[in-house]
Amino acid sequence: MLRKLLIGTALATSFAFSAHAADVKEVQMLHWWTSGGEAAALNVLKGDLAKEGYAWKDVPVAGGGGDAAMTALKAMVAAGNYPTASQMLGYTVLDYAAAGVMGDLTETAKKEGWDKSVPAALQKFSVYEGKWVAAPVNVHSVNWLWINKAVMDKIGGTEPKTFDDFVALLDKAKAAGVIPLALGGQNWQEATMFDSVVLSTGGPEFYKKAFNDLDDASLKSDTMKKSFDNLAKLVTYVDPNFSGRDWNLATAMVIKGDALVQVMGDWAKGEFHAAKKTPGTDFLCYRFPGTDGSVIYNSDMFGMFNVPDDRKAAQVALATATLSKSFQSAFNVVKGSVPARTDVPDTDFDACGKKGIADLKAANEGGTLFGSLAQGYGAPPAVANAYKDVVSKFVHGQIKTSDEAVTELVKAIDDAK
Amino acid sequence: MSTVATSQIKLTPERSRTSVRSRLQDALPKIVLAPSFAITIVFVYGFILWTIYLSFTNSKTFPSYVITGSRAYQRLWGWTFDTDPPSSWYTSITNMGIFGFLYILICLALGLFLAILLDQKIRGEGVLRPIYLYPMALSFIVTGVAWKWFLDPGLGLEQTLHQWGWTSFHFDWIKNKDFVIYTVVIAGVWQASGFIMAMFLAGLRGIDGEIMKAAQIDGATTFQLYRRIVIPLLRPIFLSAFIVLAHLAIKSYDLVVALTSGGPGGSAWLPSNFMYEYTFKRNEMAVGSASAVIMLMTIVAIIVPYLYSELREKPR
Repeated sequence: MLRKLLIGTALATSFAFSAHAADVKEVQMLHWWTSGGEAAALNVLKGDLAKEGYAWKDVPVAGGGGDAAMTALKAMVAAGNYPTASQMLGYTVLDYAAAGVMGDLTETAKKEGWDKSVPAALQKFSVYEGKWVAAPVNVHSVNWLWINKAVMDKIGGTEPKTFDDFVALLDKAKAAGVIPLALGGQNWQEATMFDSVVLSTGGPEFYKKAFNDLDDASLKSDTMKKSFDNLAKLVTYVDPNFSGRDWNLATAMVIKGDALVQVMGDWAKGEFHAAKKTPGTDFLCYRFPGTDGSVIYNSDMFGMFNVPDDRKAAQVALATATLSKSFQSAFNVVKGSVPARTDVPDTDFDACGKKGIADLKAANEGGTLFGSLAQGYGAPPAVANAYKDVVSKFVHGQIKTSDEAVTELVKAIDDAK
Repeated sequence: MSTVATSQIKLTPERSRTSVRSRLQDALPKIVLAPSFAITIVFVYGFILWTIYLSFTNSKTFPSYVITGSRAYQRLWGWTFDTDPPSSWYTSITNMGIFGFLYILICLALGLFLAILLDQKIRGEGVLRPIYLYPMALSFIVTGVAWKWFLDPGLGLEQTLHQWGWTSFHFDWIKNKDFVIYTVVIAGVWQASGFIMAMFLAGLRGIDGEIMKAAQIDGATTFQLYRRIVIPLLRPIFLSAFIVLAHLAIKSYDLVVALTSGGPGGSAWLPSNFMYEYTFKRNEMAVGSASAVIMLMTIVAIIVPYLYSELREKPR
């Protein structure tokens, strides 16, 4: 009886797999860009593809956020049912490439000159063993300060150039009765801020050694200890309610003028735009003090899967359209990030965007473009999350001293490696 | 039609016809149950075995099928004693202990208390009962978000009381790493105690009124009545309620996420949060699987002896 049942089940599943209606003129896309601005930005890409005769099909994902999408993708790939492409982050691309399920876009890349136009640091994630497996869509950078200009004028502050300047500025805000620093007490936000603190405290070389190469000596150095001390200093300037707050609520505090400054990636700019604020007059964007000239980045990528031959043409069209200059400009103007190729004109961008593009170009040429550890571009997810644990436990007091924090950081990263 | 009927009468003797029918009748329940049986075998027990298997591999992002030993368990074992600063696993299991114990205990106590009050033949019971029961109809996500707002010092209770003039009032458990797990208990109890009340109420209604009257005639006080007669008679309800609550407690994942998003520094994690984090976000599938196996073993260790002692035939 049981055996018969099993045979029946096997037959039923094999039917399900063979009933695969292939449609060449269609792009299947898994992504979690569903909010207003992002969806609008993606419509540009849909339009570009429609002009070439390719239909767009979203792969539905229940529940928002990247986690749900990644779980869905894992299930699809495990079932052998690859989408044309999927929005992916950092090491996920390399994991899937190592599993041998990614396609090969090297020919297209050569024809379009991606090797030259896409920053080398990004190619670490979009090229696997010499083959292009993903098309980067944008470059976000995390070492930014977002400041409410009205509050800044009121307290008579100027752009902080060093960490000490920054602390002095926060003191001024505190004296004026404004919440100096808007922070959301979730581990990724705390760690994202700590990325900048480390770069500011130890300089570019140190950041790279510690957070990209995971060099043991750097991780347990006094500079790292100093960085934790600096983080502790910053945390004294947050309001008592910060724990658990979402990042966009922290941004809203700056927009409304309840708080002076937020340390956050450039996706925060989208919130300012949505509130109809203009850079320069309503808000200011500065690099985190002491990090000028370096860029800590993360990037959204479209991972390209090894689809059947009759779907490859659509995939090439998608990849080409994604890295086309017109889409890169149109999309990133809306998203708040900067284009993933350095040869896109900055005419349509606002002041912060223009600065971002120039900084990216300079950092790329000067070798100071580093992956953000908090955002999963410095090390694989196991290490990145172990790092976030330590930073968050330090901020919330489970780890009490910077000595202990350094010990814990080394231990956690070793354990996760 | 008639030919078939006659041929049947002619060709099949009485005995064999009944035996075909009775054999069919015997088989019918099996046939009807077979699909759900097969699905349960594969998707529950099959995947339990698969998870156990994975916990002995070195699976990372994707399952790997090469057995590499018990490293995942060794890491978890090491983390179990990492108390200062607390490892995520240590936090998860201690939270499970606190949450599970308080949640089950308070729900049972409160549910029984409410049921006894409602059972006093009061007016308006038909209105009160659904009011208490209604939270159970909400999903954990809704409960979590509502309580998150209510308990947030800048938004909910504290803020409101400050506006009303009681400015010394202070309640920030949800922002406090040492107390955040108790807010999960509060929200969980709010949601489930009404349901437990309904279970106890059904049990109370099933108690024979004659017994109560006899006890009253013998001079038992109300307290003695409940302590000696009613509560012992409700024993089967306690068993059902305990099982319902225990499984709700073990699988509470969404409540923690919606209410605290993990708590300050991950201080509100439960083992289910740990399992999801490690399996899907940190790409350490082997560790995630091992933690799931430990959760399963813990439940088995608690539920099986309890079920055994409650359900075995009592010698009379």
